[in-house]
Amino acid sequence: LAPPLSVLSLSFRQVSGLLRRRFHRTAPAALQVTVREAINQGMDEELERDEKVFLLGEEVAQYDGAYKVSRGLWKKYGDKRIIDTPISEMGFAGIAVGAAMAGLRPICEFMTFNFSMQAIDQVINSAAKTYYMSGGLQPVPIVFRGPNGASAGVAAQHSQCFAAWYGHCPGLKVVSPWNSEDAKGLIKSAIRDNNPVVVLENELMYGVPFEFPSEAQSKDFLIPIGKAKIERQGTHITVVAHSRPVGHCLEAATVLSKEGIECEVINMRTIRPMDIETIEASVMKTNHLITVEGGWPQFGVGAEICARIMEGPAFNFLDAPAVRVTGADVPMPYAKILEDNSVPQVKDIIFAIKKTLNI
Amino acid sequence: MRKMLAAVSRVLSGVSQKPASRVLVASRNFANDATFEIKKCDLHRLEEGPPVTTVLTREDGLRYYRMMQTVRRMELKADQLYKQKIIRGFCHLCDGQEACCVGLEAGINPTDHLITAYRAHGFTFTRGLSVREILAELTGRRGGCAKGKGGSMHMYAKNFYGGNGIVGAQVPLGAGIALACKYNGKDEVCLTLYGDGAANQGQIFEAYNMAALWKLPCIFICENNRYGMGTSVERAAASTDYYKRGDFIPGLRVDGMDILCVREATRFAAAYCRSGKGPILMELQTYRYHGHSMSDPGVSYRTREEIQEVRSKSDPIMLLKDRMVNSNLASVEELKGRKLLTPVAGERREEGGLKQREPSTVLNASQALVSRAQDRPDAPR
Repeated sequence: LAPPLSVLSLSFRQVSGLLRRRFHRTAPAALQVTVREAINQGMDEELERDEKVFLLGEEVAQYDGAYKVSRGLWKKYGDKRIIDTPISEMGFAGIAVGAAMAGLRPICEFMTFNFSMQAIDQVINSAAKTYYMSGGLQPVPIVFRGPNGASAGVAAQHSQCFAAWYGHCPGLKVVSPWNSEDAKGLIKSAIRDNNPVVVLENELMYGVPFEFPSEAQSKDFLIPIGKAKIERQGTHITVVAHSRPVGHCLEAATVLSKEGIECEVINMRTIRPMDIETIEASVMKTNHLITVEGGWPQFGVGAEICARIMEGPAFNFLDAPAVRVTGADVPMPYAKILEDNSVPQVKDIIFAIKKTLNI
Repeated sequence: MRKMLAAVSRVLSGVSQKPASRVLVASRNFANDATFEIKKCDLHRLEEGPPVTTVLTREDGLRYYRMMQTVRRMELKADQLYKQKIIRGFCHLCDGQEACCVGLEAGINPTDHLITAYRAHGFTFTRGLSVREILAELTGRRGGCAKGKGGSMHMYAKNFYGGNGIVGAQVPLGAGIALACKYNGKDEVCLTLYGDGAANQGQIFEAYNMAALWKLPCIFICENNRYGMGTSVERAAASTDYYKRGDFIPGLRVDGMDILCVREATRFAAAYCRSGKGPILMELQTYRYHGHSMSDPGVSYRTREEIQEVRSKSDPIMLLKDRMVNSNLASVEELKGRKLLTPVAGERREEGGLKQREPSTVLNASQALVSRAQDRPDAPR
């Protein structure tokens, strides 16, 4: 599989040089950092901070990462901390879990989460369940990370979203960053967390630059796992999403704002444990709800949000049924026009919002 | 009652070394040690193997004997408790295989690591947990080593990583523990066990590859008891030379019914790993008297005659006892005395275990997740 490369106009060395210089200034100006750079920074800082942290996966070392997310790390930390593995997901995921049981803090990269299915037994039965099964004796401080969900033209076997699958399992924490700040803060929190954490990145977001607030430039910048963020305040409808669709929701909100509809856009950031309180508080304010996700509709993230809203205090505040905007219930097709229509687009989100608001 | 249990527990965990009957022993002079010949191991990609003779001290012999007897009694007790429906679900017993768990432990240090599959009660004991904690866990009590949340297949101790239910999954885990050993640089090794049935799992070959590639201090150990559940080795494996299945990994085939053979082979394998040469593979040829689990009578795929023959000719406890008695390392009465002690203690232990309460709630003290580095869940009320 040849990974599609998004080439930056600046080389990484130039950007990271810039970043390093800016850390020493008293008032850093607004900085543009891509999601890829943010994850790289987060891992670099944690590798430096704790020598028990190490990274393993296919092509993470000498190739600089299949998607260049681990660029420069092998050169800096060497063979002991950055380990290239053979194509043996079940084997190396198990090895990573065993290392975590023995006290190390591995970051196990899946080239995409589609391949994690080969290793899913190790993620669930060996990692997720162990702390509970052992009556609290055996923690498993591991991070599983990699790109999740649809990409561009990679077809059915390489496009699945695993948010619902991993979100289903007690014992796991599951996070899904959208922008650079999310990516850095969440990977750092995941690495410092003593539980198994699944970090669902997004390949199409890797090359997207975002403004990096000054606090995100700190080596101790953490985003708490289990807390959603309200990206945009609104009054008419609550729009909940995770990962790349958050950006689509904000675009839809901008379009609708011109029509006088103000959307409150919530970036979940964490799939499990879900921050339902933030969503409930918002629904109690706006009285309307839609959820947006890239994954399939059945038994998905949106389904869980709707169920929990019904079970909680926000239900009585709904003026209309909640609507889920999801990926199409098909294996991802290849042809561009079919693929485009199999993932939620801005127009689908606008349509769902207007339908809910009965406009 | 508690004090008596505690005292019995101490004796059986081998901490003190007091003979059962002082009067009997005082009038006998035993040898301090004796040398025994042991079977030569079949070798794969090795020029030399473990030694063919070994010295057994009286002290070690008594300790091994007591440990094997304890495991045997504990397993038979578990059998009874299961039939009384006090133990539920899966229960895989290892009586017949005592020389494996006791022999392996004799060949390594407590600072080494061990992981196995679900036939784990014997290893849980030899790795340091008390019979009480084990039976309490099997009976779902709070005093169980996993607070009743794990059961038969999920018991953990220091440097013992279970107890794993998914066949073969423990092998990559063991290679990972070995990776941590190498990473930490403390000359520790990891014993990674699996059965003849699991030996055909693909992930084991993935683990072999990475362990050899990265020279991990991992001793892969195939406990070959001739049957993977109801399927004999001939019906499951194109090659039943499990000690050769590691291909590029050197291997040895060991008589798993002879504790001294197991001990010497383990010492040899551990020295090999500690020298930085990478992984090694041991096949222990052993036998289980019980079926695969308590749900399996164990006689539909093998004959009672076969089971009886192994019992009468190769029983590991009998083999050690005969050796010790014939070499004047111990007397028959002395060994019998210990044997008498164990079932009584076992009964009392079981009663003590049953008196404990079951865990109160499923999500007691948010035990599903660790929230801080030093977190351990609060003890249940």
